[in-house]
Amino acid sequence: MIESIRGRSLLSLHGVSREALVEVLDTAESFVEVHQRTVKKVPALKGRVVASLFFEESTRTRLSFETAAKRLSADVLSLAVASSSVKKGESLRDTIATIDALGLDAVVLRHRSSGAAEQVSRFVPHVRVINAGDGLHQHPTQGLLDAFTIRQVLAERRGVSAVETGAALFDGLRVLIVGDIVHSRVARSDVDAYVTLGAHVRVAAPGTLLPIDIDTWPVEVVGDFDEALEWADVIGLLRLQNERGTGSFVPSLSEYTTTFGLTVARARRLRPETLLMHPGPINRGVELDSAVADLPAAIIERQVSNGVPIRMAVLYLTVAGTIREVA
Amino acid sequence: MESVVLRNGVVVGSDAVSVADVLIVDGLIAAVGVNVDAPVGARDVDVTGCWVGPGFVDLHTHLREPGRESAETIASGALAAAVGGFSAIVAMPNTEPAIDNVALATYVLDQGSRAVVDVAVAGAITQGRHGERLAPMAELAQLGVRLFTDDGTGVQNAAVMRRALSYARPLGVRLAQHCEDENLAADGSMNEGSLSSRLGLIGRPAAAEEVMVARDIQLVRLTGAPLHFLHLSTARSLAMVGAARDEGLPVTVEVTPHHFSLDESACSTYDAHFKVNPPLRSPEDVAAVRASLTNGLADAVATDHAPHAAELKDLPFDEAPAGMLGLEHAASLTYEALGGSSADPVRFFALMSRNPARIAGLRPSDDRIRHSGHGGAVAVGEDANLVVFDPNGAWVASRETLQSLASNTPYHGRNLMGRVRFTVVRGAVVVDEGVLA
Repeated sequence: MIESIRGRSLLSLHGVSREALVEVLDTAESFVEVHQRTVKKVPALKGRVVASLFFEESTRTRLSFETAAKRLSADVLSLAVASSSVKKGESLRDTIATIDALGLDAVVLRHRSSGAAEQVSRFVPHVRVINAGDGLHQHPTQGLLDAFTIRQVLAERRGVSAVETGAALFDGLRVLIVGDIVHSRVARSDVDAYVTLGAHVRVAAPGTLLPIDIDTWPVEVVGDFDEALEWADVIGLLRLQNERGTGSFVPSLSEYTTTFGLTVARARRLRPETLLMHPGPINRGVELDSAVADLPAAIIERQVSNGVPIRMAVLYLTVAGTIREVA
Repeated sequence: MESVVLRNGVVVGSDAVSVADVLIVDGLIAAVGVNVDAPVGARDVDVTGCWVGPGFVDLHTHLREPGRESAETIASGALAAAVGGFSAIVAMPNTEPAIDNVALATYVLDQGSRAVVDVAVAGAITQGRHGERLAPMAELAQLGVRLFTDDGTGVQNAAVMRRALSYARPLGVRLAQHCEDENLAADGSMNEGSLSSRLGLIGRPAAAEEVMVARDIQLVRLTGAPLHFLHLSTARSLAMVGAARDEGLPVTVEVTPHHFSLDESACSTYDAHFKVNPPLRSPEDVAAVRASLTNGLADAVATDHAPHAAELKDLPFDEAPAGMLGLEHAASLTYEALGGSSADPVRFFALMSRNPARIAGLRPSDDRIRHSGHGGAVAVGEDANLVVFDPNGAWVASRETLQSLASNTPYHGRNLMGRVRFTVVRGAVVVDEGVLA
């Protein structure tokens, strides 16, 4: 069990304790306030160097990390490498060594290969590595920001301070995750975060999109989306990753929408307080109907804007390694 | 050539052991017995406590010549084989280009004839290993090629495999299959299961191997042609082939040291040194492969020695090439898996030498075109292809001291028991006290 992410790399949420998760959420709360200032900057990582290495395309995660690093006053080196390291003719090890020579404190890494972040952490053990999504494996900051967003909204509804609730609002919270679980690094990180925080998680997906070992996950599998609609306090939809060939795992996109899409008809059956989430980018009309995405219950934009304070918290805790001096 | 007498070793025969001296003169075994008289000037070596038997034979060595000589050449692979106690190796045909014609096979045999151990060659089953049209097996058989395989992948099309078996049967050659259905294994980089799912790595299921084993057993039944199953890695594969053999079908089985010494948990840090096809399996499958060494299901240990340049093993796990080195540690790992100090030397030499030599067509009684006899008796008149294995030799595997040009061993840092002291090829001591002569 990882009892705190302070001073260490963040590669996965697997094995990260409840206390460690709450520490990140609480730290992020303190950074939300920075966002509301005229001068949106704190000196916490002044003089520190953060490299942002995206070997796979991404808009929101990358902008969110870089914004977070800049708000902490870190110097940001940004390298986008759209093609794979092999095609480029340079190994991941060489790329990292080159950048490390510039004097790094942290690397934010997105890569199409599972395990790339862990490998990089072996290549440069003195640098904090933050996994910004590796293959089908993990996307820990997405799991954190999803948990953060849920806690924030529920705390607002109850008129209480999110920080004071700790993990209490997750106790018995019913979360339904729907869609392409097997190919989703977000699903793995979300399940790790929600279950550790105390939520009750169900998953719904076509048989071909469930992991082979789903019976060993701390979740319940529901065969039918409709069965669990009214049960859920939170519904997390996953992107059907057609660009990864996921389309061939279901007979057609329209059949997928009919069986596992959050259509207008299904949305009508939801309890009014049920929250709708999606890690983006949305395939509108496939996993989520356009009209539903724009309902007040959908907190998708909140997820995006919470990316910055969560990533500030992660950078701050992993790099500075102490919670005392938050400005 | 210097005459050598090996004094007081445990001479391992095909069904019994005896303590004796072995005299080697002019490339042949000149005497075996107690207090053998050595000619004047003969080197006298005390091998008390060591096993003296036929040199090991590897059915499954990937030399990277032609095509990727920076990873391994025929000469360097032969050096690695020698320190591993092998007197003969079978070069796999998945070079670049593939060994699917007489010119290339001749090239490998010629290079092999200058190497430190005997090098036989396996030919491809299909042209270019594309799995479509048959390679010229009859011409290659005339050259002395006795084993054919598309290893690296299996022949995917059942009709092509049936045709290959039918064509091979009257030629007296044996096909060898890498059993993995590529439709099921495609894109996978480790054993499919809970661990692959947690790591986010696409799996190669045990079923990918087992469906091809099941299919090929039916094709052997249909054609009557012999088939050798390469590197079987699951309990079910072994059970199916065992049942086929009980039925009288002409099937043989090899297993690799990595499939009985390492399990899938080695992949949990995404270190591509542990990536191999078929993949490292569950602990249950590893136990079944290990048991096959003693329960008779396995005929042979084969290394699947697969050199790769170091930078390729630094790639992300899913992008890195599959395969690991094996020649230099195989004997120690097999000894360990057979029970170490309680290991049966007769079984050890059956797995490491006698059976693989028979499967590869390298026995003294087999027709010899390029090579001397391997896997035979330790008896007067036989070719002196011998190994002296010290069962009490303790050592530590290291990537720093390999003879292979490549360094992709998965055993770096592992404590090993049992060590090759001498390797004798055609009467010449090529490894002397564990070091290349």
